[in-house]
Amino acid sequence: MTSTAVEEIVDTSSEVLPENPWVTIVWNDPVNLMSYVTYVFMTYFGYDRGKAEKLMFDVHQEGRAVVSAGTREEMERDVAAMHSYGLWATLQKDD
Amino acid sequence: MTDVSDDLSHDESHDEVDGDDVEVEWQVGAGFRRTRFGRIVGQFSDEERGLLESLVGQLIDFVAPEPLDADADPLARLVGIDKDSEVPEDPALLRLLPDAYPDDPEASAEFRRFTERGLRESKLANATVVLDSLRRSGAKIVLSEAQAAAWLGSLTDLRLTLGHRLGIVEDEDHEAWYGEEEVDEATNALRFVYDWLSWVQESLVAALMPALSTDP
Repeated sequence: MTSTAVEEIVDTSSEVLPENPWVTIVWNDPVNLMSYVTYVFMTYFGYDRGKAEKLMFDVHQEGRAVVSAGTREEMERDVAAMHSYGLWATLQKDD
Repeated sequence: MTDVSDDLSHDESHDEVDGDDVEVEWQVGAGFRRTRFGRIVGQFSDEERGLLESLVGQLIDFVAPEPLDADADPLARLVGIDKDSEVPEDPALLRLLPDAYPDDPEASAEFRRFTERGLRESKLANATVVLDSLRRSGAKIVLSEAQAAAWLGSLTDLRLTLGHRLGIVEDEDHEAWYGEEEVDEATNALRFVYDWLSWVQESLVAALMPALSTDP
């Protein structure tokens, strides 16, 4: 690939992504089942099993993980959905 | 998080419940499974169904929203805005209805005004599905995918609430139970119920997962 092509890709992505995307964070808790958290990530976000399990392990081991990114309104929707599943989720601006 | 999936294969560990050394004596069913023809079927004893019905009834009392004032703004009533919503004082209830913004109480309060009533109603709806399926079934409970999702939601709410009452704060707290020698009867019974709920939920997730994996 030439350097010009790389620049084009960078330009395109900077147009598509919002400048300050918000993120939804799921926090570890000692009660929820690892299998259930994986199930929620697959069911709600439509992630495949590999991605859902990786995110679940990130939450479990790191204490939290970013599970989605987008506008503030979208993240408020995701956080409300996580709460309805019983997962502990918050949203904040990604620095 | 916690992993009890290994317990599913240890059938003998559940038989021990009928033995003399366990104080809570009751019949344990087989939990949930996916049948050969793809149905989600649970097998529960009378004791289990009675216990679950009582627990879910208590959950409804715990999470159901207060009726709106008769003079509430009709538009606010229609879209579920609740200007009176406050941060719950009970930590178990706060865990079920958490703050959305970690460092911004004002934004959290605003979020709560717009979403808490809906969240309480969704938990109430899940619990109602569980009660309905318990009351219209005998020992065998057959669930649709949507009903199974409602069951998972209510089992989670029950485990979160019981977990709080039992002081499960860190991942290691549950593991530490097994090392304790002197435990009073009431705590022992609650712990038994908590573990039983975990086992039921694990069996239901296991019944749902394969279908998710093959149909992305």
